[in-house]
Amino acid sequence: MTASTEAIIAHCQALFDDLDFSAARAWKAAEPGRKVVGFLPVYAPLELIHAAGCLPLGIFGGGDRMEVIHGDAFYQSYICRIPRSTVELGLTGRLDFVDGMIFPFVCDVIRNLSGMWKIMFPDVWTKFFDTPQNFDPEVGGAYYAEELQEMREGLERLTGRPVTDAALRTSIALYNENRRLVRAVYDFRAEAPWKAPASEVYLLMRAGLLMPVEEHNEMLAAWLAAASAEDRPRRDNVRIAIYGSFCEQPPLNLIKSIEMAGCYVVEDDYALVNRFLTEDVPADGDPVQALALAYLTHSVETSCKYVPREEDKGRFHIAQIRKARAEGVIYASPSFCDPALLDRPMIAHRLTEAGIPHISFKYAENSGQMQPIREQAGTFADSLKLWS
Amino acid sequence: MSDVVKEPSMLLQKELIARNYDAITSSRETGRKVSSTFVPGNLNELLLCFGIVNNLPEINAIQNGMRKLSGDYIMTAEKSGHSEDVCTYVKADIGMMGKGNIAPNGKPFPNPDVLLLSYTGCYTFMKWFELLREEYKCPTLMLHVPYEGDGQSTKNMRDYIVKQLKEVIIPGLEEVSGVKFDIDRLREALRNSARAEDDLVWVLEQGKRTPSPIDAYFGGVYYIGPIFTAFRGTTDAIDYYTALRAEVQARVDAGQGPLMPDGTTLSEQKYRLVVEGPPNWTHFREFWKMFSDEGAVVVASTYTKVGGMYDLGFRHDPDNPLESLADYCLGCYTNRNLPNRVEILTKYIEEYQADGLLTNSIKSCNSFSAGQLMMMREVEKRTGKPGAFIETDLVDPRYFSAANVKNRLESYFQMIEQKRRGATRAA
Ligand code: SF4
Ligand code: SF4
Repeated sequence: MTASTEAIIAHCQALFDDLDFSAARAWKAAEPGRKVVGFLPVYAPLELIHAAGCLPLGIFGGGDRMEVIHGDAFYQSYICRIPRSTVELGLTGRLDFVDGMIFPFVCDVIRNLSGMWKIMFPDVWTKFFDTPQNFDPEVGGAYYAEELQEMREGLERLTGRPVTDAALRTSIALYNENRRLVRAVYDFRAEAPWKAPASEVYLLMRAGLLMPVEEHNEMLAAWLAAASAEDRPRRDNVRIAIYGSFCEQPPLNLIKSIEMAGCYVVEDDYALVNRFLTEDVPADGDPVQALALAYLTHSVETSCKYVPREEDKGRFHIAQIRKARAEGVIYASPSFCDPALLDRPMIAHRLTEAGIPHISFKYAENSGQMQPIREQAGTFADSLKLWS
Repeated sequence: MSDVVKEPSMLLQKELIARNYDAITSSRETGRKVSSTFVPGNLNELLLCFGIVNNLPEINAIQNGMRKLSGDYIMTAEKSGHSEDVCTYVKADIGMMGKGNIAPNGKPFPNPDVLLLSYTGCYTFMKWFELLREEYKCPTLMLHVPYEGDGQSTKNMRDYIVKQLKEVIIPGLEEVSGVKFDIDRLREALRNSARAEDDLVWVLEQGKRTPSPIDAYFGGVYYIGPIFTAFRGTTDAIDYYTALRAEVQARVDAGQGPLMPDGTTLSEQKYRLVVEGPPNWTHFREFWKMFSDEGAVVVASTYTKVGGMYDLGFRHDPDNPLESLADYCLGCYTNRNLPNRVEILTKYIEEYQADGLLTNSIKSCNSFSAGQLMMMREVEKRTGKPGAFIETDLVDPRYFSAANVKNRLESYFQMIEQKRRGATRAA
């Protein structure tokens, strides 16, 4: 019997709600010697972690369900919330089974958190993972391939086993499959958003960061099959894209509120890691080179990446908006998020030039008051309807 | 307010900076090209090779902060859609543009011919220049300097920077300036840099003396002026640091403390502090006075290392020109990881025999600020010396609460006293 979308989403919700990461703990306990490697937003090469035989575990803050007690003693009030709730996860022992932590480059807050982690948890293999801002294969590519190689060696030391090219190619193939399925879900939602509520797609994606990729691939395929077969009422909602939410995640209620306000979310940058590479990575040849080249030539535009040419700024967003046939954009960013907020005026200019209506607001992962957001999104939806 | 009393070196510096502003604002008449670039990881010696004038938007923001113009500029930027949450240097710069882009000499800044994005130690730099590029539509040369996440630089990082210098930066500057790159010119400039760096280090290390003949934070921002801006690599910088050294030597000989803005010398030094974080510029004198009134002198600071950590031994090296530029960029203070920053602060407390660590946490600056609370606790733990934490902003006057800062400082000094009494009793 195939599972219903409801059953699949209920499973995802349970994983998402579980701040003790029981499923990942169980995975680790199932076989002696297994290791879990956490990673923060926005992008890490999960293929490497997988090829090392480890479970990549997405650590995306504590959301609105976790009370931050210790974390606030680590951060001033004008710093976003994700680092403090991440520190809270660490200090409350919720990550005590995590053997390694990868802090990818996204901004100086997460960058500095990598060093704090080294001090706080000296027994955890902690890696700041830098990606190139020069996209010439000979320059940034050569640097990046070597960085990947260093990460590979770090993982080898962590596990005591080599990460072979063959294993890496297998992992790349599995993640290609994951990327294809993730794209299929996004395409499906853009096609029939009433059958794929944003909050459900979100849970489906977040759950994928908490389980082995093999399992997630099965789950995505099952969800696609179930969702296509289901009938759901179609509302007179407008189609919108959401940007600015690539790091600290909004509370699930915020995503639901946007929908309830009359918006179908047909494109977003939530939990971008599984869509960061936009095309398949070649699963033959040198796998490290393949990963490096994919990053340089086929990855999304987002605030942690430099855009070398002025004329390309925002181009990716516009193309995605057109592809998903979004009628407007909500630029929703975490409070105090320099990357999102410094980018916002530039992206807003591009949207205006392209005639795409947009609004913006800020949130925190523990925002509780949804009424103002519902009102703002509702007014935006009404205005889109009026002018379409 | 009475005039600030200045040392001869300060006057020399003032003249240097005025000359640079004149070079920038007259560039259209002189035909010289102008670049905008940042202080940390700046490539001044390279710009000199191409005859390009160096305009530093951070320095403009500081100038505007000290001249009480930045508040208005920031509001202008916020009105045009920039978030209240982001770095105020960026907004002060963008707001200044909105108000005619007037340099401190009263003449309009020309549009830059090139944005040299030396991306060292701060994420915001990247966005800042994307924002300026949108405005100026001029060539932008990105030099990506990787962060020393694991506590040291690697060969890969260095090679990457050298390659970018060769493939991107040098050809880009040749194109902008029409001048062919001459490595011997670069070597000459690097030789000049190293000489000035030697003298700067000597000056900064005098903070180890009792009484300290320098204030390494409020005075320190003057000492680093020429070398952090448009003069590293010039003979002007050599002359400035020779003069500064002589001045400090004279104070050492006389057993005197540093000169205060009111013309007195702070020779009665009750508290010796290490300060982490940039200063506030909008209330710079008031802030300084809160220290000097209490007899507190800053013996070492990290802000004076954002444009290079020469005191840890680095010197620009004419024999390895591009490699040494790479090493310079990698080693700037905010490009170092937190364990490293904690080690540096601990070392300062010990070597400069300080009473403790004061952190001035800047609302704008995630690069400096994210993690400072923990750093302070770590340093306290390692040195047994008390720390204190104050919060201000660089150039946004809305975030300087004089009463709060003063209270904090007073209780901190009391805490140091108590600690001393405790130590005496225990002895
Ligand atoms: S939410 Fe923004 S500022 Fe905070 S860590 Fe993430 S990218 Fe950095
Ligand atoms: S964030 Fe800090 S280092 Fe970066 S530009 Fe602003 S003040 Fe300077």
